[in-house]
Amino acid sequence: MLTAVIAISALALVFGLLLGYASIHFRVEGDPIADKIDALLPQSQCGQCGYPGCRPYAEAIAEGSTEINLCAPGGEGTMLALADLLGRDPVPLDAEAAEEKPPAVAIIDEQQCIGCTLCIQACPVDAIVGAAKQMHTVIASECTGCELCLPPCPVECIHMQPIEVKPENWKWPFPVNAPQPVAEQLPKTDQDEAKAA
Amino acid sequence: MHFSVTHSPHTDRPNSVTRSMLWVILALVPGSIALTWYFGWGVVIHMVLASVAAIAAEAFVLKLRKRPIRPAISDLSALVTALLFAVAIPPLLPWWITLIGILFAIIVVKQLYGGLGYNPFNPAMAAYVLVLVSYPVDMTSWLAPRMLDPHPLDFLQTLGVIFGQGVPAGMTWDAITSATPLDVMRTQLDLNLMISEIRQSPLWGDFGGLGWEWVGNWFLLGGLVLLYKRVITWQIPVAMLGGVLVMAMLFHFLDQEAYPFGLFHVFSGGTILGAFFIATDPVTASTTPRGQLIYGAAIGAITYIIRTWGGYPDAVAFAVLLMNLAAPTIDYYTQPRVFGHQESDGD
Amino acid sequence: MHYPSTREKQRRLHRFHGGLHLPDNKQLSNGQPVGQAALPERLVLPLNQHIGTPAKPLVKTGEQVLKGQMIAAAQGPVSAPVHASSSGIVIDIADHPIAHPSGLPAPCIVIETDGQDQWTALPEAWLEFEHKTAEELLQRIRDAGIVGMGGAAFPTSVKLNPGPDRKIETLVINGAECEPYITCDDMLMREQAERVTAGIAILCHLLGADECLIGIEDNKPEAIQAMTRAVAGRGLTQTEVITIPTRYPSGGEKQLIRILTGKEVPSSGIPAHVGIVCHNVGTAAAVADAVLQGKPLISRLVTLTGEGIERPCNLEVAIGTPASELIRQAGGYSDQASHLIFGGPMMGFALPQDSVPITKAANCLLAASEREDPDPGPAMPCIRCGRCADACPVTLLPQQMYWYARAKDLEKVQEYNLFDCIECGCCSHVCPSHIPLVQYYRYAKNECWDQERERQKAEHARQRHEARTARLARIEAEKQARLKKKKAALKKKPAAGTAGKDPKKAAIEAAMQRAAKKKAKLAAEGVEPANTSDLNATQKGQIERADARRAEKTGPEQTSETP
Repeated sequence: MLTAVIAISALALVFGLLLGYASIHFRVEGDPIADKIDALLPQSQCGQCGYPGCRPYAEAIAEGSTEINLCAPGGEGTMLALADLLGRDPVPLDAEAAEEKPPAVAIIDEQQCIGCTLCIQACPVDAIVGAAKQMHTVIASECTGCELCLPPCPVECIHMQPIEVKPENWKWPFPVNAPQPVAEQLPKTDQDEAKAA
Repeated sequence: MHFSVTHSPHTDRPNSVTRSMLWVILALVPGSIALTWYFGWGVVIHMVLASVAAIAAEAFVLKLRKRPIRPAISDLSALVTALLFAVAIPPLLPWWITLIGILFAIIVVKQLYGGLGYNPFNPAMAAYVLVLVSYPVDMTSWLAPRMLDPHPLDFLQTLGVIFGQGVPAGMTWDAITSATPLDVMRTQLDLNLMISEIRQSPLWGDFGGLGWEWVGNWFLLGGLVLLYKRVITWQIPVAMLGGVLVMAMLFHFLDQEAYPFGLFHVFSGGTILGAFFIATDPVTASTTPRGQLIYGAAIGAITYIIRTWGGYPDAVAFAVLLMNLAAPTIDYYTQPRVFGHQESDGD
Repeated sequence: MHYPSTREKQRRLHRFHGGLHLPDNKQLSNGQPVGQAALPERLVLPLNQHIGTPAKPLVKTGEQVLKGQMIAAAQGPVSAPVHASSSGIVIDIADHPIAHPSGLPAPCIVIETDGQDQWTALPEAWLEFEHKTAEELLQRIRDAGIVGMGGAAFPTSVKLNPGPDRKIETLVINGAECEPYITCDDMLMREQAERVTAGIAILCHLLGADECLIGIEDNKPEAIQAMTRAVAGRGLTQTEVITIPTRYPSGGEKQLIRILTGKEVPSSGIPAHVGIVCHNVGTAAAVADAVLQGKPLISRLVTLTGEGIERPCNLEVAIGTPASELIRQAGGYSDQASHLIFGGPMMGFALPQDSVPITKAANCLLAASEREDPDPGPAMPCIRCGRCADACPVTLLPQQMYWYARAKDLEKVQEYNLFDCIECGCCSHVCPSHIPLVQYYRYAKNECWDQERERQKAEHARQRHEARTARLARIEAEKQARLKKKKAALKKKPAAGTAGKDPKKAAIEAAMQRAAKKKAKLAAEGVEPANTSDLNATQKGQIERADARRAEKTGPEQTSETP
C-alpha cells in the first residue's frame, strides 16, 4: 500500500516537472486573441452590438463576457468565423442582428444642413467633411453605413441610401432549386410566428 | 416577348436517378429468375414483401420529416434497397425478420441519416448484418438447389413457411433446409478434409456449388448490362473481383488442399452480386476513380479474409460496411491532379 | 491520337480529361449562306462591352455621328473604345436593358440611324503592315475597339502585349466552336477565310510567333477546306490547319492549347506564361479590317437558331442592333419558343426579354423549345455518383465543391480549386440529380470576391477609426498640456504687483486698461470707429439688401398678423 502511494506521488512529481518545463520551454508567443477577433469584425464601429466600437466588442468576446452573435453588419458569416476561431458552437444571430439590411451609405441633404458639426463628431471613421457653419458632406466611399450620424443631427437632414445594384456589383444568388437544409424547410411553428410578431 | 429565366446548361439532361435505379432493377431480373428457378418461390415472396415494406416505411418517415414524398419515392432507391436485401437473404426467412431488416435499412440507416445521398452505410448490407447477427439460425437455413432437393416446396407451401404456418405436413425443418456451399466448405475444411475430397460431393458443380454458380452467372450478366449502360463504372467490380481472386489464388497456390481455388470464391455466396450491385452503390462508395479501385480491392480482400479465417461463411456484407467507413478517407487521399497544377500541389 | 494536319501528315494531338459528346445541332443554322441584317432604327451601344473599365462617352445627346466614329473612349489600360455602327444622331446616353444574367440595365449610347450609313474619315490603310512597329499595330488595334469575339471580350491589344520578357512561340487560332448550335465561326471560316488568314498574318508578325496552329473541330469539313486553301493561298508556311476531334469543351482556351500543343496553362497563369497566345477566328478577321483598312469593330456574325425561330440562320449584324430586330428578320418566333438564350446552351444565359442589344461578344441567340431546353425539375439530393468528376475538363471534384459551396464554407471550396472552374457546364449536364452545380460555383466565386472586398474595406475603416481615435487623443492631450501650462503660469503671476487679488479679475482689469488706453490714443489722433464710414460700393449694396430683407421680413409678419 505504501509503495503504491509513493510510486504514484513520484510519478505525479516527475510529470508535473516535465509539464512545467515544457510550458516554459515550448511557449509560443501568439497574437493576443482580441486582435484576431477584431480582424474578423467588419469595422463599422456602429455600436449595434452594444459596445462602443468593434475593438471593445472584440475584447469583450476575448474575455468571454459576451456572446458572438451580436454583430449586425457582420451577420452570419462573421458569427461563424468567430465560432470557428474560438472553437465555440455557432449561435443563431440575435433578433436585431439578424435583420438583413441592404448595404447603404449616408447622404446629407444640403438644403437642410445647418453646419452644426454634430454628425462629424459622431462619425467613427471621419467620413464626413465639413466645419462649423460650413456645408457638411459624406464621403460615400469611406462611409461604412453604421448609421451613428443619424441620431445627432438636429434637423434630421441625413438619411441612408441603399447602394444601387448595377451589373458591376451584382452577385449570383444562392441557387434555390435545391433541397434546403431542414431548418429553412420546416413550416413555422406557432412559437416562431409569435416570436416574429 | 417575355420569357422565363432558367439557368445554364440549357440542355436536355440525359441522366436521372430514376433511370439508373430502373436499370439496376432490370439487371437484377435474370439473377432473380435463376434464384427462383433453383430455390423456389421464397425469393419472389420476399421481394414483394420487402418492396412493400420499404416503400411504406419511406413514405411514413418522410411524412414525419415533413419532406415531399412523391419525388423521394419515385427515385426508386428504396425499391432497389428492398430488392437487394431480398436477394441476399435465405428464401425461407420468416416474414417478420425480413420486416425488421427492411425497417432498419430504410428508417435507421437511410432516413435517419438524412435520406438519399446522406447515408454513410449501405442500407441493405447494414440490415443484412443486423438480422444475421441477431437471428443466426434463421439466417443460415438455406435451401438446397432444385436438382438436389428431394422435396421442393410449391408456392403456397413456401408462403406458409414464410408467414409462420410452419413446415408442411410430412416434412421436417432439417429435411428442407441445407447449408450453402460456402458453409459446407468451411465446416468440412474445419474437419480437416481436403479440397479434392470435399469436391467429390454431389453438391459441387463446375466451379461453385450446384445451382449457385448459375445464379452467379446470371447476376454477372446483369452486371455487364449495367456496365454497358454506364450505370456503374468498371473500377469497383473489377477491383473487387480482382481482390477476391488474387487473394484466393495466392493462398490456393500456397496450399491447394487447404484453400479453395479462386473461381470458387468468385461464384459462391454474394461475391458477384456484391461486386456489381452492392459495392457499386454510389452513395456509400468511394467516388474518385483511383479511390474506387482501392475501395473495391479492399472489399475483395476483406471478404476473402473473413471467409477463410473469420466467424461467418459469407462476408461481403461485413467487408462492404467496413469499407463504407473508410470511403471518405480514401476519397481525400486519391484526389486527381487538377489541370494546370503540379502533382505536388497539395490538398 | 493522330489526326490529319496540313503540314505534317500525322500530327500528335493530346487529350484533356472529361468533356462530353453533345448532339451539335449545327445543321439548323449552317445550311445557307450568311445574310446581312437590316440596319435597325435605333442602335443601342453599351459602354461596357468588354472586360475591364467601361468606356467614357465622347459625344453628347443631339450630336451627329458618322459610321465608325469613336463615340466612347477607352479608360485605362484594360479597356476598349466604342464606335458608332452607323451614322445618325445620338438621342440618349442613359441606362438601357442589356444582355446580362442580372437583367439589370447599364449605361448605353443610343443612336437613331439616318439610313445613310455614312462612313467617318478612317485612318489610312496599312497594306504593308510588316513595316509597322508592334506599338503602332497595337495602338491601331486598341483604337479599333477590338475585343475577344469568342465570348470573353477581353481587350485584344492587351492580350497581344504580354510584355517584353515573354517570348511567344505559338499563336493558336480558335476555330473549334465546340458549343452546340453556334455556327457563326464556321460560316466565317467558310465564307471569309481570306479575311481570317490576313488577320493571322498580322497577328503572327505582331507577336513574332514561330508558328500558328488553327484548331477546327472535325464536324466542320467545309471550314477546314476553306481555311486550308486560304492558308496555302496566302503562303503562310508556318501556319497549319489542324482538325481536332469534336468534343465539348475543346474550344475552351486552355483545353485547345492542351489538345494542340500538349502544354497545360498553369492554374494561376495565362497562356502567355507557356509562350502561347490564343485568339478567336472572328477576332483575327477584325484585326485584319482594323490594320489593313483602318475600320473599327462595328459588326459581327451572329447565329440565330433553335426550334423557337422560324428561319434559323447566320446574319452579319451591326453592333448595337436590338435582338428583337434580328429575330424578326429571321422570321420571328415559332410557336415552340419557350426560352431565349444569349450565347450557347451550355454557357449562355437566359434573357427575360429580347429588347437587348447585340454586343461585340454576342455570338448566338438561341430560341429554345421546351424539348430542347426542358425544365430539369427540382434538384434531388446528390447521390455521390461521381459522374461530374468524370466529365470535368479541368479534373476538378465538382461534388466536393458542391457540398462546400452549399454549406457556404468558402475556405474549403477554394481548397478544392474553385477558381480553376471554367463554368463549362459539363458537370451540371451529367448530374443525375439535376443539381444546378455551376450556379453553386458562380455563387461561391462571387461570395469569395465579395468577402475579399469587404475585408479590405473593413481594414481600411479600421485604420481610419484608429487614426481618428489617435487624433482625438492627441487633441485631448494638447488641451491638457495647455491647461497645465496656464495653471502653472497663473501660479507664478501673483508675484507681479497684483498680489492678493483674484488672477482672473486682474487679467480682465489689465485688458480693460489696455483697451481704454488705445481708445484714448485713437481719439487723440482723430480716427473714428471705422465700420460705418468710407464704405465701398459692394458693402453699401450689401447693407441695402440686408435692410430690404429685414423690411420684407417685418412686412409680411405685420400683414400676417390677424387679430
